[in-house]
Amino acid sequence: MTMEAVPPAGANRPVLALHVPEPRFRPGDPVDFGFLTIPPAGAQPRPDETCAPAETFPLCTDLVRVLGDDDQAHGPWDPRLSADGMRTMLRLMAMVRVFDGRMYRLQRQGKTSFYLKCTGEEATSVAATMALDAGDMIFPSYRQQGCLIARDYPLLEMVNQIFSNRADKLKGRQLPILYSAREVNFFTISGNLATQLPQATGFAMASAIKGDSRIASAWVGEGSTAEGDFHNALTFAAVYNAPVVFAVVNNQWAISSFSGFAGAERTSFAARAIGYGIAGLKVDGNDALAVYAAHAWAADRARLNHGPTLIEYFTYRVEGHSTSDDPSVYRAADEGTGWPLGDPIARLSAHLIAIGEWSAEAHAAMLTELDGEVRTAIRAAEANGILGHGLHQPDTTMFEDVYETMPWHLREQMAQALHERAVKYPPEVQP
Amino acid sequence: MTMIEAINDALDIMLARDPDVVVLGEDIGFFGGVFRATAGLQAKHGKTRVFDTPISECGIIGVAVGMGAYGLRPVPEIQFADYIYPGLDQLISEAARLRYRSAAEFIAPMTVRTPFGGGIFGGQTHSQSPEALFTHVAGLKTVVPSTPHDAKGLLIAAIEDNDPVLFFEPKRLYNGPFDGYYDRPAKVWKGHADAVVPDGHYTIPLGKARTVREGEALTILAYGTMVHVASGVVESLGVDAEIIDLRTLVPLDIEAIEQSVRKTGRCLIVHEATRTSGFGAELSALVTERCFYHLEAPVERVTGFDTPYPHSLEWAYFPGPVRVGEAIERLLAAD
Repeated sequence: MTMEAVPPAGANRPVLALHVPEPRFRPGDPVDFGFLTIPPAGAQPRPDETCAPAETFPLCTDLVRVLGDDDQAHGPWDPRLSADGMRTMLRLMAMVRVFDGRMYRLQRQGKTSFYLKCTGEEATSVAATMALDAGDMIFPSYRQQGCLIARDYPLLEMVNQIFSNRADKLKGRQLPILYSAREVNFFTISGNLATQLPQATGFAMASAIKGDSRIASAWVGEGSTAEGDFHNALTFAAVYNAPVVFAVVNNQWAISSFSGFAGAERTSFAARAIGYGIAGLKVDGNDALAVYAAHAWAADRARLNHGPTLIEYFTYRVEGHSTSDDPSVYRAADEGTGWPLGDPIARLSAHLIAIGEWSAEAHAAMLTELDGEVRTAIRAAEANGILGHGLHQPDTTMFEDVYETMPWHLREQMAQALHERAVKYPPEVQP
Repeated sequence: MTMIEAINDALDIMLARDPDVVVLGEDIGFFGGVFRATAGLQAKHGKTRVFDTPISECGIIGVAVGMGAYGLRPVPEIQFADYIYPGLDQLISEAARLRYRSAAEFIAPMTVRTPFGGGIFGGQTHSQSPEALFTHVAGLKTVVPSTPHDAKGLLIAAIEDNDPVLFFEPKRLYNGPFDGYYDRPAKVWKGHADAVVPDGHYTIPLGKARTVREGEALTILAYGTMVHVASGVVESLGVDAEIIDLRTLVPLDIEAIEQSVRKTGRCLIVHEATRTSGFGAELSALVTERCFYHLEAPVERVTGFDTPYPHSLEWAYFPGPVRVGEAIERLLAAD
C-alpha cells in the first residue's frame, strides 16, 4: 500500500483521540460523590477461604462492608469480635491519628524535616495488622504507621527515628517515617515505590520452602500499582502459590494524580487479581470490621496453602500527601468531608456506642489519654535530640553497615570525615 | 574442570552444605541452564531448592531480596548480564542498601550470577560488560573470575558472604581460555594449570587479587577474559610484564595494585567494557593518585570502544592482541 492510499484524517475514519484522565472535582468545584455506588453493608457473600480464585470475581467490583448506616454490624463478613477486641482496635486507630497530629505539628515547628499522615486510612493498617499473627512479616509502604502501632512498637522509637537523634536505631540514615522494626516483623521501608511487593512474595516463598507457617503481608498505594514490581509480585505469587496477602490502599490520590492515572477509570484494583489467577476482594477501607475480616480471610487462605490474595481497601486520603504537599491546589477542599464512606474511627466508635459498649465521654477521655502518651514519648525523644541540634549518632556510623565489614576505601573516607569534624570543631569549641 | 563445571560444582557443594541456599532463574531448573551451569542440580537437591522462574529479572532479584530477609541465601541467575537492567532498581535501591538503611536489621546475602563479556558473536545483547554500573553502587560487591579454579573458590566465597555480590562469569571462558586470537582453533581448559580444581569446599577471599605473572617492566591490571588476552600478548612480545588479575572489583585489592605499579612504574588497564566512565577510569584515577611519583609513563587504558557491541564487526571492536600489544609498546617506549 502506498502512502497515498491512506485516507486523510477525518475522511471516513474517526480521528484518533488521546484520553487523558481528569478527576471529577478540581479546586472550587462542588463535590458530589453520588456517582459512587455504595452497596448496603452485609449484602456481600463470603466465600470459603479455600474457594477458587475466580469465585471471588464478583467481590472484586462489589464492596465488602460490615458496618451499616445504622452503626450495626451486618452480614457474613462480620468478624464477630469481642467488645474488648473492638475497643482495642478503636484505641489503636485513634492513637495513630493522635500521633500523626502531633508529629505534623513538630514538623511545622522545625523539629523534624518531614512527616506524612495517614488520616482516614487508619483502619487499613491497624485492623489489617490485628488480623495477622505476630510472626507474619509486614512489608509496608510509608503510610502504614498503623501497622507499627498495632504491634505495640514503642512510640519513643518512632519519634527517635523521626528526629534522627542519637537514640535513633537507624542512626539518622533514613528520612523520617521510613521505619524498620525487625523485632515486630516490620520490614525496612524504602523510598522506592512498590519494591516491597516482590520482596514480600520472596519472603512468603522462603517460608514455604522451609515448611514454615508464617506468611507475608504487603501494602501499596493505588498509584504505585502502576509500577512494574506490582506485576512482578503478582506473577511470582501466582506461579509459586506464595502465602502472601497484598493490600492496595486505594485512597484515590497519588500526590496530585487521581486514581485514574493508575487505571481506576476502567476497572477496580481488586479485579486485577483475577487476571493473575489469584483471589481478590474490594473492601470498604473505612470499615474497620470489614478490613479485619477481609485480611483474616486472606491470611487464613494463605496459611491453608491456597495461595495469595489481593485486597483493595477503598478509602480516601483526607490530608495532603505529606508535609511537603498542599492538596488545595489540585483537588476540591471538601472532598474529604464529602467522602461517602465516612471516617473509620468515628464509624467504629459509633458502632461500639450503638451496642452499648462505649460512650462519647469514654471516647473523649481516651483521646486525652492518648495525647498524653504521645506527648510523653515526644518529651523523652526530645531529650535524645531533635534534627539539626547536634545530638545525632557519631559521624563514623555513616560508614558502618554499607557492608558487613568496612573495606579500605570506606575506612579512608571515614578518616577524612573525622578530620573534617576536627577542623570544624576544634577542642575549644567542642559542644 | 571447565569453568562451567567448576561453577556447577560450587553450587552443588553449597546446596549440600547449607540448607538455606536456593538457586533460581530462567531455565535453570529441569533444563539445567542455557550454559549448563546448573545441570543436574534440581534432580539432586529438589525442586524447592533449585527452580525455574518467570521471565522477569526484576521479579527474580526482588524475590531474592525477600528470601534473604527471611534468612535464606539465594543465588539468582540472570541469563545474560545484558538483561540485568530490569532488575537494577531492586539491586541498587534495595539489595545494596538493605543493611545500611535498616542498620543491619535486614540483610541481602545473595549472589547474582550472570554470564557477561563478548567474543562469542553475541551482538549487542549477549556481549555486554556492565560491571561499572555496579562498582558505582555502594553496598554491592563485584566479582569476575578468569579461571575454573578461581570461579569455584570465588563463587563459594560469594555465596557465603553476607553482602550482595554480583558474580560476572566471562562466558567466552566457560569452555576454555581465550587469548583474543579468534582465528586460531579454540582452546579447552583440559590440561590447563588453572583448570585443576580441588574437590570439595574451598574459598578464594573476595577483595584479593592474583598475580598471574610477576614482572618488572610494567603492570597490567585486568580481569575476566582480558587476563588471558594480556597474558598471550605479553608472552608473544616477550615482555617482562607483571599481570594482576583483580578478581574482585569491589572491594578492590588496592595493596596489590600499589605494590606492583610502584615497582614497575608503568601501568596498563584492560577491560572489554566501553571506555568512558568504565571501571578502568576508576583504576586509572587510583593509580595516578596513589603512585604518581613512581610513574614513568601515563597510565593507559585499553578497552572496548564507546559504541554498542556490534555483531559483524566484533573483532574490530574487541580489545584484542593488536590494541593491547601497541599499548604495551607505547608504555615501554615512554620515558
